Amino acid sequence: MKKTVFLGALTVAGLAAGAASAQTLSDVQERGTLNCGVTTGLVGFAAPDANGEWDGFDVAVCRAVAAAVLQDPTAVEFVPTTGKTRFTALASGEIDMLARNTTWTFTRDVDLKFEFVGVNYYDGQGFMVPKALGVSSATELAGATVCIQTGTTTELNLADYFRRNNMEYTPVPIETNAEAQQQYLAGACDVYTTDASGLAATRAAFENPGDHVVLPEIISKEPLGPLVRHGDNEWGDVVRWTLNALIAAEEYGITSTNIEEMATNGSPEVKRILGTEDELGSKLGLDAEWARRAIAAGGNYGELFARHIGESTPIGLSRGLNAQWTDGGLLYAPPFR
Amino acid sequence: MTTLSDPPQSSFKLSMLLNDTRYRAYTFQFIALVCVAALFAYLGSNLAQNLEDAGLTISFGFLGDPANYDINQTLIEYDNQMDHWRASLVGVLNTLLVSFLACITATVIGVFAGVLRLSNNWLVRQLMSIYVEAFRNVPVLIWIIIIFTVMTAVLPAPRAFRGEDPEASMLFGAIAFTNRGVYIPKPIFEAGGWAVMLVFLAGVVGAFAYRRYATRLLYATGKLLPMGWPALAIAFVPALLVFFALGQPISLELPELGGFNFTGGINILGSLIALWFALAIYTGAFIAENVRAGILSVSRGQSEAAASLGLRPNRIMNLVVLPQALRVIVPPLISHYLNITKNSSLAIAVGYMDLTGTLGGITLNQTGRAIESILLLMAFYLAISLTISAVMNVYNSSVSLKER
Repeated sequence: MKKTVFLGALTVAGLAAGAASAQTLSDVQERGTLNCGVTTGLVGFAAPDANGEWDGFDVAVCRAVAAAVLQDPTAVEFVPTTGKTRFTALASGEIDMLARNTTWTFTRDVDLKFEFVGVNYYDGQGFMVPKALGVSSATELAGATVCIQTGTTTELNLADYFRRNNMEYTPVPIETNAEAQQQYLAGACDVYTTDASGLAATRAAFENPGDHVVLPEIISKEPLGPLVRHGDNEWGDVVRWTLNALIAAEEYGITSTNIEEMATNGSPEVKRILGTEDELGSKLGLDAEWARRAIAAGGNYGELFARHIGESTPIGLSRGLNAQWTDGGLLYAPPFR
Repeated sequence: MTTLSDPPQSSFKLSMLLNDTRYRAYTFQFIALVCVAALFAYLGSNLAQNLEDAGLTISFGFLGDPANYDINQTLIEYDNQMDHWRASLVGVLNTLLVSFLACITATVIGVFAGVLRLSNNWLVRQLMSIYVEAFRNVPVLIWIIIIFTVMTAVLPAPRAFRGEDPEASMLFGAIAFTNRGVYIPKPIFEAGGWAVMLVFLAGVVGAFAYRRYATRLLYATGKLLPMGWPALAIAFVPALLVFFALGQPISLELPELGGFNFTGGINILGSLIALWFALAIYTGAFIAENVRAGILSVSRGQSEAAASLGLRPNRIMNLVVLPQALRVIVPPLISHYLNITKNSSLAIAVGYMDLTGTLGGITLNQTGRAIESILLLMAFYLAISLTISAVMNVYNSSVSLKER
């Protein structure tokens, strides 16, 4: 009898806890900072700059969300996570969102109970080898020793790829990109494999980038994007539409410089995004100018891409699949209506 | 005349649970037990409740799914289509391998360093204390990383062995030291090879039997038989005879540079070597202090008495001091062995795929089954540690003082 009462009380407590977890938006606003999970350091995507400020393409997504929700793009607490710790950090509530070139897969979405809110970079897994090896194709890698970041989808793709091509290899599991770089440069592995964007970023940080080549084969689809916990749809919507606003802004030509002008003279859709027409913000539980701040924080998607990882940066990635749908790419923001 | 009356039957009343000293202790213990049980029930149901709220259910079904990842050192047959359970077993064996190697090496290093710390030679004594203090007082993770980094930075990559005039060459043309590990020749057993092995093992047993017999004879009659060379002969000569009689059925497969790496031979991974040596020298420093304490615990009179009987110093150490010192050395030695086993979980720092790397690393990550994986991990380590304890306790009781 007593036990029943006891367990009943526990159930109530448990339900209360369950309800509390579905209020990420108000939690963030109350706290005044956004806890955003990023990598431990991948130049161009997320790495501290010379002043110790986090900077990069993934970091910009965090800043845009902070600008939309907290009116301050600098109100972000960056939590560096490894491939292994990122999901635990998100599931346990240590971080509010994860923007850490994480591949959107069925298992992560469905089984691990996360919510991918979109794709901010369409990537694929590639291989990098020293030029001196004279390898020109990934099919010549039989018997190679391969450095690989453990706890990633690339680990599984690698096993699949070598199995499909009937090749042997020796995996060298490594925790972070920095360690991988060190091992690869010391010749402890012949090949380094990760997402092609990551390879470009890593190669750019080498002393002699010209001594290394990224092989032409792309062996997997890696749609990378920010994700949040399953079950808090309101918060998921905030992050999803902030990302969409950045992408739509490029499509409609809203940039960080002309944003004020567009807000008054733009097309109806532009005005809806920027909050001068309709009240889209209040439906998200935010104010009318949420998207305007998000775009003003670092610019639209195209500006962010060009500044952090584009062709004029040392990383030198071309837009490729990540161009707007109007330019033959895959970026396609749903209508703001 | 006596009248016997029955002793008064004590009738149990409920109030006696509190008032009677015979029962009061039980009452309080029972209450404490209920409280502890309630606490654990609360924690358990809280966990279950929160897991359910988070949409997580405890299930070990994932162990049967294909692992889909590869492991660089497998002591049993494994490929990426086998299940997560098999991958965990590969990890367990890798943990056991590195722990076993490190325990043996640490013991050898520890005994030498401990004995030498008490040497009469000032230089040797000081060198050993530097060793002990330096290695004991730096975290083992740092040592693992230092050794691994030095290995990768200093040793040549396999491609340095290539070409007409290579920068590096193999030791005796058979052993290659590279920054990916050490490649050694691999014995290939043809038909009859196992017979040679069996004869050799029988020879080793025979050699020990001979030593025992010689010792008995010495104690019984005082007659001293030669020990060294007959024992060696018993161990090796028959095996060599069979080896040649059967037409050399064991051959060596030498490592050869082919493709990107050496092929053939046995590859001892650099990560295994780094982990093994780091654990061995680190724990060896602790064991050295145990050994020193054990030796100092044997009263001086013992070695003086032995010296007065005319025993030479190394015989005094081997026959008189060390056997008595073992009683003090072995109990803390057990905990050092356990420490080695547990510290081997730092393997991920150098990419050695031990139990923590497979079950607690990749499997946990790819399946997202964190709680189940960690529970299993704990169970595995507990089982390994308790087994080591049990075995060592048996040994301990064999060397401990026999009280009659």
